Amino acid sequence: MDFGFTISKPRSIEPTEAGKEQLRLLEEQVPTFRRCMNCGGCTATCSAGHFINFNIRKVHNLYRWGQYKELDEELQKCMLCGKCTLVCPRGVNLRSLIIHLRKALNKDHLSNDFQHFIRNNNR
Amino acid sequence: MKRYWNEYQKKIADDKFFYERSCIRQTFFPGSEAAFLKMLREELGKDIYDEANQHTCTGIGYHSDIVPLQTTMTVVARLFALMTEAGYENYVPSCVTSFGVFTEMVEMWKHNPELLEKTRKILYDTTGRTFEIPKNIAHPSDIIYKFRYELKQKMKYQLVNRFTGKPLRVVEHIGCHYAKIFPKAGVGNAEFPYVLAGMIEAWGGEVIDYPERRHCCGFGFRQYLVQENRGYSIANSKKKFESMEPYEPDFIVANCPGCTMFLDKWQYTIAEMENKTYDKNGYGIPVLSYEEMAGLLLGYDPWKLGLQLHQVQAEPLLNKIGIAYNPNEKFTGVSGKILPRPEKPHNLLV
Amino acid sequence: MDGKIISIQVAIIGGGPAGIEAASILSRYGVQVSLFEGESKWAHNIGNKFKLFPDFSSADELVQTLSQKIVENQIPAYLSTKIVALEKQKNAWVLTDEQGRSYVADTVLLATGYDIFDAKRKEELGYGIYNGVMTSVDLEAMLKTGKITNVLGEQPQCVTFLQCVGSRDEKIGNHYCSKVCCVTAVKQAIEVKKMSPQTDVFVFYMDLRMWGQGFEELYREAQEKYSIRFVRGRISEAASTFDDRVQIKAEDTLVGQPLKMSTDLLVLMVGMEASCGTKKLAACCGIDGEYGFALSKQPHLADNQTAQRGLFVAGACKRPMSISDAINDARAAATEIVEYLKIVPANKK
Ligand SMILES: Cc1cc2nc3c(=O)[nH]c(=O)nc-3n(C[C@H](O)[C@H](O)[C@H](O)COP(=O)(O)OP(=O)(O)OC[C@H]3O[C@@H](n4cnc5c(N)ncnc54)[C@H](O)[C@@H]3O)c2cc1C
Ligand code: SF4
Ligand code: SF4
Ligand code: SF4
Repeated sequence: MDFGFTISKPRSIEPTEAGKEQLRLLEEQVPTFRRCMNCGGCTATCSAGHFINFNIRKVHNLYRWGQYKELDEELQKCMLCGKCTLVCPRGVNLRSLIIHLRKALNKDHLSNDFQHFIRNNNR
Repeated sequence: MKRYWNEYQKKIADDKFFYERSCIRQTFFPGSEAAFLKMLREELGKDIYDEANQHTCTGIGYHSDIVPLQTTMTVVARLFALMTEAGYENYVPSCVTSFGVFTEMVEMWKHNPELLEKTRKILYDTTGRTFEIPKNIAHPSDIIYKFRYELKQKMKYQLVNRFTGKPLRVVEHIGCHYAKIFPKAGVGNAEFPYVLAGMIEAWGGEVIDYPERRHCCGFGFRQYLVQENRGYSIANSKKKFESMEPYEPDFIVANCPGCTMFLDKWQYTIAEMENKTYDKNGYGIPVLSYEEMAGLLLGYDPWKLGLQLHQVQAEPLLNKIGIAYNPNEKFTGVSGKILPRPEKPHNLLV
Repeated sequence: MDGKIISIQVAIIGGGPAGIEAASILSRYGVQVSLFEGESKWAHNIGNKFKLFPDFSSADELVQTLSQKIVENQIPAYLSTKIVALEKQKNAWVLTDEQGRSYVADTVLLATGYDIFDAKRKEELGYGIYNGVMTSVDLEAMLKTGKITNVLGEQPQCVTFLQCVGSRDEKIGNHYCSKVCCVTAVKQAIEVKKMSPQTDVFVFYMDLRMWGQGFEELYREAQEKYSIRFVRGRISEAASTFDDRVQIKAEDTLVGQPLKMSTDLLVLMVGMEASCGTKKLAACCGIDGEYGFALSKQPHLADNQTAQRGLFVAGACKRPMSISDAINDARAAATEIVEYLKIVPANKK
């Protein structure tokens, strides 16, 4: 029956076991990711984020909680310039992290070059 | 469940009450207020005055930003004037929103005496009336709570499943404006008010402590008033239903008109929109006002209490408690007139 | 000792790290001291812990070492002797204990420390209501057993810490930071992970205050080595779930979204409040400062002296502090007292 409205879906983060498992895998692939202390240095310097709505810190935080919706598209905004990796005070290997995030979120998007990159930039 | 929170008790007057009715309750729970008056007068022998010239407290308009504060203050002052003129000092508003409004206005006057003076002047200039601030403002649920053991002695039934002998499992829901605005105004404070839990436990039932117990029902005046916003209003009730479902509650009891109505009617809406009900058999979870709960246990006729006007029908619950009722009289009004039969919902069983 | 009034040169009230350290230093200087402790054990605020930050050293061993100092220096020391009144009479201080016995001292050192915040006051967090909710001190007791278990006695899937319980909270009237709980949470999170590596561990914080040497490194290690998740946000409500876990609501303020999850154990990092003894005795002599802590004369150069001549303060009775802070402070107080006794001839006090 149509009452002229729809029932809102919850928007709170509700972590799942599957999400935790994904994170565990990612942390194994990019162990430096564990050290992130959310300073926002990466976002502050991000070549892309200064011109388009893209917040790399928020993206990797959403991934931590298993909030994958639209993250894949978000990550397409990254130019892989590597500036974020340079500034990170906790030595998080952001470029590697971004590649692994893309891989985890959508394997089809990866070119052979990137797959090579992953093989050679594991840490 | 441990419960030290009921240690906090508020002051509730003993006798000589001035009763103020709710704007909406007589439509949705038509027998509740009458039952309350009957309990006080006949079961407890109290003096409670039912004023004929009363009017809204403006609560819904006030909380929807339609009625300005000074208007609300003056309207509240007029109600207090009616109380003063009738010779009473203990104010008992039937509605939780009114209870919140009165408590709030009195608190504001305490901190801003100039507002009180201004209100006195406006009321006098416009109506020629003067008023005293009540000595005690208590919600009727406070009063039933206070006299729960006295009422228990007169009760014919208990909150016990007569087939299993086990206590009925009850969800209690407290209106936000009962204690969240002024925690000190609530029995047992704001986080775990004890006002309804105290009745349930005294009368043989068991309170369900489910995860979303303290979440708002979603009534939120200006939200449900706008049709397009109702989706977010109803989502709050749905969140509560989902959270209480595994505990298989026998019924829900609430002390606020909005909550009681929403928790009842939204079950129909959700059933129609999503074909989902929150009891195993598809009838929904009955929702009672505390007066209805007390009235049933005292042996008042369920149809005189107005239970047939609820969305979720009460028969399965009445059967569980063993309350006698005549199915043929369900749609005979108090005046003896035969009431029109409601249409049957598509999904919710009745 | 009943009936007669005992006369003492320096009376030290409080047998925690601060009181014991001051007593042992003073007695080594040849000052005649007496030490009074209300509880039946020395340094019970240490004895109820398992391992201590920053070095994971044993709390029991520290209590032993401290108690040993009392024995070695032959300090007249009284356990189960709670001082309930402190009053200046002419040139001397009169102490009265719970049994009504009186002691007269030339000089007094107040080292009455702290009590933990009573977590029941934060009703919304469900302490004392839900079995899965505990305080950091309860967790220390569990750590002492060598095993981390949920309410069913099983290995927990998830343990969650909440910082600043009873501190930095206007709702309960404590605006201050308790200083030790941030690093304690990091320490405890690591201990939980060591005992139960499969357990997911979360720490909800408002700010992480890693002020001491090695603390920041410990935080980094907690993330890097133990995969402990630090989430910026305050848990607003805890409730029981159908399967006897604890449901919590918070916001991850760094993504700006509300969060709802369940955990086997919720550990409340309770703050430090002035102990009952501190509140009472400081008020007795008019040196009660904010929140009931004892007030020193001046924070830089006279932090052990008070507005009252011959009355000194040391340790966590002044403000939240760590053990090393308290012990250093006690040493400083001892020095001040020695100076004071030297310059003030016995008849002029
Ligand atoms: C959860 C938690 C964990 C902590 N972990 C650590 C850690 O790992 N490392 C660290 O450095 N610090 C830690 N601390 C801080 C540490 O406990 C304090 O720094 C230390 O106890 C302060 O010593 P104190 O002697 O000043 O006070 P206290 O230890 O509080 O000693 C004061 C003593 O005075 C007694 N007393 C009080 N009133 C009276 C009275 N009227 N008469 C007689 N006696 C009285 C009390 O019984 C008490 O024994 C922790 C604190 C908390 C809350
Ligand atoms: S690599 Fe991507 S995320 Fe990092 S600075 Fe460059 S564009 Fe931004
Ligand atoms: S710069 Fe490094 S530590 Fe800072 S938010 Fe980015 S990844 Fe995290
Ligand atoms: S030390 Fe940390 S947890 Fe403790 S009160 Fe300060 S900020 Fe909060």
